[in-house]
Amino acid sequence: MDFSPFFVSIRVAILATFITFFLGVFSANFVYKLKRGKGMIDSIFTLPMILPPTVVGFFLLLIFGRNGLIGGLLHQIGVQIVFTWYGAVVASTVVAFPLMYRTTRGAFEQVDQNIIHAAETLGFSRSKIFWRIKVPMAKSGILAGTVLAFARALGEFGATIMLAGNIPGRTQTMAIAVFSAASANNRELAFTWVVILSLISFGTIVMMNRLSDSNKNNKKRRKDFG
Amino acid sequence: MSLYVDIKKSFSDFELSVKLEAEDEIVALLGASGCGKSITLKCIAGIVKPDFGKIVINDDVVFDSEKRINKPPQQRKVGFSFQNYALFPIMTVWHNIASVINMPKKDKEILVAETIRALHLEETRNLYPSQLSGGQQQRVALARIIVSKPKIVMLDEPFSALDTHLRASMERELMSHLEGFQGTTLLVSHDRDEAYRISDKMAIMDQGSVGIVGSKEEIFADPKTVAAASITGCKNISKAEKLGDERIRALDWGIEVHLEKLHTLKVDFVGIRANHIEILAEKKDFEEGYNYYQAIVVKVVEEPFKRIVYLRMAPDAEKTLTAEVDKTLQISAGQEVKIRILKRRMICLLQ
Repeated sequence: MDFSPFFVSIRVAILATFITFFLGVFSANFVYKLKRGKGMIDSIFTLPMILPPTVVGFFLLLIFGRNGLIGGLLHQIGVQIVFTWYGAVVASTVVAFPLMYRTTRGAFEQVDQNIIHAAETLGFSRSKIFWRIKVPMAKSGILAGTVLAFARALGEFGATIMLAGNIPGRTQTMAIAVFSAASANNRELAFTWVVILSLISFGTIVMMNRLSDSNKNNKKRRKDFG
Repeated sequence: MSLYVDIKKSFSDFELSVKLEAEDEIVALLGASGCGKSITLKCIAGIVKPDFGKIVINDDVVFDSEKRINKPPQQRKVGFSFQNYALFPIMTVWHNIASVINMPKKDKEILVAETIRALHLEETRNLYPSQLSGGQQQRVALARIIVSKPKIVMLDEPFSALDTHLRASMERELMSHLEGFQGTTLLVSHDRDEAYRISDKMAIMDQGSVGIVGSKEEIFADPKTVAAASITGCKNISKAEKLGDERIRALDWGIEVHLEKLHTLKVDFVGIRANHIEILAEKKDFEEGYNYYQAIVVKVVEEPFKRIVYLRMAPDAEKTLTAEVDKTLQISAGQEVKIRILKRRMICLLQ
């Protein structure tokens, strides 16, 4: 059995989660602080979650294709996105981004405004408020968003196959391998990938629940003490 | 001058219009909930931006709508104590205080240790805010403010989150810690007793605007407006009609009131404080300077240390008079009593 889809998947998912993490946290902070046009920008940022993945993939092909806005620029410096594993990373990042962004923004919005104001009156700079107050206070939300984004990136299929194609050993992820095996009538192989994917996904959710539980317990213990 | 505020801001449901000047003293902003007290503090701190006006803290113009000056909270040096104290929940007491200080590590540690000792927080230094009692949380909030070296201190309902029995002692403690502070202290409160005890000067706020500013003694003796009278705890207020130079008719109570002298040309309302009504248990000789009345006791309500007596002054009266009397006075509903009120205690009020 060829295990390359496993390694392609993990590599793509980890890199995509890494990029999505920073993009998501900063976009969440940006939208959270916006006074005008919040709804519009929020809609745009959430769109990849709602659109059919093939539609997202089609847009990405337009943007990253050789004649596309970004694709053209990258082509000049010799980087190709379409039909490479970079493409898989781009597709996974875009599709996972709304989960990271929305969960983090929700966590930021939960932070008591008075605490932010208190920090301001005490002379904390903006970046100090962000790194020392907002991010630590939204920690569990950010972690949950990261886990969700990782799970989504790992299971990404539609946009990936449009942008990166299905090249065994290079762009064929586990999710795509299931599709390939099933359409080639190789039920056994399809089943193997299904089991592996299900186990990883299940493990991620368990981990996330553990994280949020331990957080609650911490808070509860502090309350009881007081 | 330490603080100058003259600002306006429109909200969908009310208009904020505040004019306030304060020296290095404790000023209480007294007003009912929702009258705009907290918003005023937030405007001064730079958290909320007024539409028009000017704010000057110690000769430093921090806001001026004409000159387009609007300094961020970080540059205003305002010590703001929030109603819920707004401690950083992710930091221990020590870090809550230390995070405010920008000094080399060694100096910082000394300063934090000193502050923690001064505010009796030694035992809590490694605890998180959620592990602290209300009083301890307040002291941490104060410690943070002290190390931030503010030019003015603003306390938003500092005792509202505490249990009643703790308030009095925390009040004394808080004020003793603030004693050394040179600068304006602005206290927001809806509790007239608290405001009276703590402050030097008072500003009465009503529906978004500061009506009266003056010494607390002045305001309690002569509140001037209906809003100020009721926020300073005047329980009896009636519509009034001027009859002569020193005579007015209290329309809601159905009685005529004699004044020592009419100090305003116009009188819309008349007020009597509940503790200024004297119920005469036995016959007393007539004395100058009093208004005498016959009244019927409608209801008596027992309180731990006093009795509240509701009196009907005339058969067709719209409102009863509320009097506070000593527990030693035996009185029951239905009884007819003689009462007297000092003429100079009558409060003439404008709308």
